Amino acid sequence: MEHSTEMSGAVIQVCLLAGKIMLENGGETYRVEDTMTRIAASFGIPNAQSFVTPTGILFGIEGPASAAQLVRISQRSTDLSKVALVNEISRRISQGELTVTEAYGQLAAAGRAKPVYPLVWQVAAAAIASGCFLLMFQGRLADVPAAMVAGGTGYYAGAAAGRMLSIKFFAELLASFVVGLISYLAVRGGFGRDLDLIMIGSVMPLVPGLLITNAVRDLMAGHLVSGMSKGAEALLAAFAIGAGVALVLSLD
Amino acid sequence: MAIRYLEQLLASFIGTAAFGVLFQVPRRTLVQCGLVGTAGWLLNFGLLGQSVDAAIATWASAFLVALLAHGMAIRFKVPVTVFIVSGIIPLVPGGLAYDAMRKIVQNDYEAAVQLGAKAFMLSGAIAIGLVFSEVVLQIAKRARHGSAA
Repeated sequence: MEHSTEMSGAVIQVCLLAGKIMLENGGETYRVEDTMTRIAASFGIPNAQSFVTPTGILFGIEGPASAAQLVRISQRSTDLSKVALVNEISRRISQGELTVTEAYGQLAAAGRAKPVYPLVWQVAAAAIASGCFLLMFQGRLADVPAAMVAGGTGYYAGAAAGRMLSIKFFAELLASFVVGLISYLAVRGGFGRDLDLIMIGSVMPLVPGLLITNAVRDLMAGHLVSGMSKGAEALLAAFAIGAGVALVLSLD
Repeated sequence: MAIRYLEQLLASFIGTAAFGVLFQVPRRTLVQCGLVGTAGWLLNFGLLGQSVDAAIATWASAFLVALLAHGMAIRFKVPVTVFIVSGIIPLVPGGLAYDAMRKIVQNDYEAAVQLGAKAFMLSGAIAIGLVFSEVVLQIAKRARHGSAA
């Protein structure tokens, strides 16, 4: 297949956009690299090279019309629906169902899409999860309301702080501090009995589950840089949560 | 006893499905996320009830979660992380980490290190469970391709 520089430039744009959306929303590094090289291959560029880290993508193609581009990833959040959506689009590209322009349009739409569950839903889910986890850790039914309030409010505090400040560590610390404080006040006020279990249950929504999973999966796939840095991010998050809880406990 | 299992079943199903919402998984996979989480947690709960070592129970549960997740991922054509993330959350040693933190606050560092090491072991068990499922999958894939060739 003959390729002009213009054409390969467009393909690079599609690949980078796909990679960017995946990486920003919690896709594993190996999946991002795999998706980008696959898309390039489907559009007739077999020798694409990519280097992906949690904070940036370097993508280049070889051949007469060789080119390379860099994209910086500064915002990372969790939206697995978008990762699944890009996965789906990439599969359709591989099957030859989409042209370069169509693919770019669909990816751009996927990137702009609103989250499947708005913040209200997420706060409600955090509250419900807190109550359920309290029961799973052998807490009593009477403590469930306290855990739900603490978990929901803490999650909301973390999300609100995360929007205002770009320091993730502080948002997590604040969230777990709020969880601890509400649990403490609930037990003090007689709305709950077992402080430890209420706190453990309602701190669970803050656990960096996606980071843990991705760190392990990236390390397995041989992406040492990404795996280690995601592991470090997960440890940092765990440390922030622990510090927030410790702050409340030391008030006691 | 049956009532306790029923309570755990419901709590883990709703709890892990709620986690699916937190991770923004696609809507059509929410129920399956809950099922994967329930299976993992019930295995963990059952094994702990049989006084199996916590690390082994966690490992086996993470392994089961990852295997089911891979199956679901193929069936529903979505990234496998969608099912793994909410499934392993119940296995995360939150209680141990909390106790370790509590000991640190009380200046009882010796106990804190012990609890922390245990929490670290259980996290490692989750990781090894995930690795094992990947290994099994790769072997299965190779065997299938081998017979086809």
